[in-house]
Amino acid sequence: MDFLNALVAITNYVIIPATAYGAQLALGALGVTLIYSILRFSNFAHGDTMAFGTGVVILITWGFQAMGISFGPLPTALLALPFGIIITSALMLGTDKVVYQYYRKVKAAPVVMVMVSVGVMFIMNALTRFLIGVDQINFADGARFVINAREWREMTGLAEPLTLRSTQVITVVTAILVVWALFWFLGKTRTGKSMRAFSDNEDLALLSGIDPDRVVAVTWIITGALATIAGTLYGLDKSFKAFTYFQLLLPIFASAIVGGIGNPVGAIAGGFVISFSEVGLTYAWKKVVTYLIPNWEPDGLVQLLSTDYKYAVSFTILILVLIFKPTGLFKGKIV
Amino acid sequence: MSTSRQAETAAGGRLRAPLFFALMAALIVLEGLTSSWNSALGILNMGLLSAIMALGVNMQWGYAGLFNAGAMGFVALGGLAPVLISMPPTQGAFKAGGVGILIAFAVATIAVIGAVWLYRTLKGRARGLAVALVLIIGFFVFRWVFDPAVAAIEAINPSAAGNLGGLGLPTLVSWPVGALLAAGAAWLVGKIALGLRSDYLAIATLGIAEIVVAVLKNEQWLDRGVLNVNGIPRPWPVPYEITLQNSPAFVSKMQAWGIDPTQGSTLTVKLAFLLLFVVVIGVLLWFSEMARRSPWGRMMRAIRDNEVSAAAMGKNVTRRHLQIFVLGSAVIGLAGAMMISLDGQMTPSSYNPLRYTFLVLVMVIVGGSGSNWGSILGGLLIWYVWVKAGDWGPNIMALLASPVPDGAFKQHMIDSAAHMRMLVMGGILLIVLRFSPRGLLPEK
Amino acid sequence: MSYLEARDMTGGYGKADILHSCTLCVEKGEIAVIVGPNGAGKSTAMKAVFGMLNLREGRVTLDGVDITGLSPQDRVKKGMGFVPQVNNVFPTMTVEENLEMGAFIRDDNFKVTMEQVFTLFPILKDKRRQNAGELSGGQRQQVAVGRALMTQPKLLMLDEPTAGVSPIVMDELFDRIIEVARTGISILMVEQNARQALEIADKGYVLVQGENKYTDTGKALLADPEVRRTFLGG
Repeated sequence: MDFLNALVAITNYVIIPATAYGAQLALGALGVTLIYSILRFSNFAHGDTMAFGTGVVILITWGFQAMGISFGPLPTALLALPFGIIITSALMLGTDKVVYQYYRKVKAAPVVMVMVSVGVMFIMNALTRFLIGVDQINFADGARFVINAREWREMTGLAEPLTLRSTQVITVVTAILVVWALFWFLGKTRTGKSMRAFSDNEDLALLSGIDPDRVVAVTWIITGALATIAGTLYGLDKSFKAFTYFQLLLPIFASAIVGGIGNPVGAIAGGFVISFSEVGLTYAWKKVVTYLIPNWEPDGLVQLLSTDYKYAVSFTILILVLIFKPTGLFKGKIV
Repeated sequence: MSTSRQAETAAGGRLRAPLFFALMAALIVLEGLTSSWNSALGILNMGLLSAIMALGVNMQWGYAGLFNAGAMGFVALGGLAPVLISMPPTQGAFKAGGVGILIAFAVATIAVIGAVWLYRTLKGRARGLAVALVLIIGFFVFRWVFDPAVAAIEAINPSAAGNLGGLGLPTLVSWPVGALLAAGAAWLVGKIALGLRSDYLAIATLGIAEIVVAVLKNEQWLDRGVLNVNGIPRPWPVPYEITLQNSPAFVSKMQAWGIDPTQGSTLTVKLAFLLLFVVVIGVLLWFSEMARRSPWGRMMRAIRDNEVSAAAMGKNVTRRHLQIFVLGSAVIGLAGAMMISLDGQMTPSSYNPLRYTFLVLVMVIVGGSGSNWGSILGGLLIWYVWVKAGDWGPNIMALLASPVPDGAFKQHMIDSAAHMRMLVMGGILLIVLRFSPRGLLPEK
Repeated sequence: MSYLEARDMTGGYGKADILHSCTLCVEKGEIAVIVGPNGAGKSTAMKAVFGMLNLREGRVTLDGVDITGLSPQDRVKKGMGFVPQVNNVFPTMTVEENLEMGAFIRDDNFKVTMEQVFTLFPILKDKRRQNAGELSGGQRQQVAVGRALMTQPKLLMLDEPTAGVSPIVMDELFDRIIEVARTGISILMVEQNARQALEIADKGYVLVQGENKYTDTGKALLADPEVRRTFLGG
């Protein structure tokens, strides 16, 4: 039995990728959950917002690269990120003015708001395609690895390689910073607290003199920022493709609901529940099994589910939560 | 004075529908005259299928206010029926693996039923453990039976078959089966997601759609996956072009009318499909209108308009919602089966949520939520615009780009014109929702 | 002229009027209580004073200033505080944050006011880091009153503050309300527990079908045999 090598294999193929993916999902789910708690609808345009934001970041990255600007060992996209956030947030504010504001005024039912967000989804989808097309784009530059397989072997002498890509480290570090900043904002600042108050009890918030337009505007700005960051991190870690981002909507919604929709802590926990289940269930465990049980060669790959069914994992978890605990792991809102 | 104006608006209301349908017919005729009759009939046939999908979605959204974000899944599931029902069976496939697959599914069913039973009878910590254990053991037994069966089937003549094949029954039989498949899936999803807050159904259906398409793409033993199934038989009485062209009687008749026999044969086939679709739509429309006007339909609308008071009057809202959701999905599945019969092939990778879920929603809303005639008009009109926006996009963009100096940017503009239709659809949806939420042919 | 004067208020939510020429006046530092049978329009009258209802007729003045056309938010700025009957706290926010949100429209330092609230409701000081949603019913009502006091209102309006709390807690709440009134704040309150409320009231209004039926001091109303028989159950 080769416990160490098995542990390395699990870390390499499950823990590291799932942590990075979970951080990306968590950031996406935070955006969905914020819109849900302030504007009280499920935003179907969120995946395409992520795609749009990432598209802008890629264009600016290319611009920087053409000008010869780089960020040393870090990806140039990180330099472009603030600009992408500004543009995406501006688009969010514009969309709210032109589209959503009216439905708030007439107090439309949440399901009508969802339908409206489908219209916005089409538009965002078109904008992204105009901007950057439908093809797969890799835009990560800078150092590729923090630890590569060869260094790892020389360092430890273990047979099993371990690689840690810089994009994975960047994802996790950025996500921690962003989540920290968001929670600081919501918990400590006057505006952040007013957003929580608005989410808790809209009527009482109005009575207390909290300006709803300001709360909504700030929410869209934050959502635009979260979507751009989540999308860029996902794109750096894997690659950018507009349609993939639309498909991310399902695991993102699943994360938000599993954690308890409307609850930011829940969104983060949900992101990791979904990512670890998805990666764990679609990973071929053959290698780990061979390390752990000597003298036994499994016939198949010992893969519970083909990777093509990764969305089925999100879906199944979503369904289980809906059946057994509709308010989610952390108590969310039911509006 | 006021009475005559009322009469006028009433007449306007009565004339509204015929007027819009006449306009639609004119657009199709225009397409026939300016482009080709083949393309005109092609748009019309696909438009009619879209109209059926819209009828199904309208039952859910229009009658009951349920947001189905997974119409694509039901379309695709319905499309599986012609493959399983009307394709000839693959020689030896059933013997090699079909039995194994049936046993595997029996195991899965038993495991799930057993788990549910344990969940209901046991209590406390033992319950969780027992349920998990039964499901895990069930899963491994399932895979243990299932995997070799699949391997056996996929080994049979992989270049042409490699799947179970069908039952070899008439294609028309497969259409209601498609509806049943979709209804079954809808029942499962509805049972879970209905009764919770309204957008959970949307998210659950979004999920089931992705999974159905993933299954169709990956389960080769079922439908050859991305290898596609070709040559799916046509429904009675639609002929094959080649038969017509080889028939002297047909050729001489076409020549007598001054039509090229090859073109005549494709037109005849399309017309035959058209006839069949019109019959199906007629029947569906008749049933839908009857249902809408029945006490059941009135109750549905009462629930949609005020769920709380309907529930207070003792209506079981969730159960009614489940009924309408299953019915609507069955209609969508029927359209899915018909579409595969029209195409003659199953290409799982062609299922795109924008086209088969969200575009259908646009059709329903533009046509008029809750209005059956509106859904048909919406289906035809939006499909027409969707197809034409793809054609016009490059022209419009070329015009817009003409002042731009030649170069990469101009090329980028022209290349991206193909995506124009997304913008058009989003724009139409938002404008209708905002300024004319009752649609072109409002519900009466 | 009284501090609050709401004269001849007529109006309702839809077509039918709920209030018919209803008049409510409160002097500075006075406790006024609105009682009456179910559906008499008690809460509606209070909402009309606070501007949550469009009046067809009548005027509302506060300290001599006509506020009939102002929104509820603007009336808060003019010195009105309102405690709704239900959903009157921010459940996932701490007690301290609830009070802070109460002071949202204030730009000056509100720490002193918060200390005053804590002196009035000592239990809130102990629980100030706890979420309001986790408190007991009576404590939640204290948070709700405290939140409304954070704007330093001149007139505090309470919509059935003792609904759903035990008799002991009710007595305690009434004691606190008297204390608030002693600081010079006028109180206008709707109450189901008519007898107990009238005992602490300087002035009582008995509403029936949106009209003033009896108006007198609390004591006088309690002593009136007609009022006792019809509204206080003997």
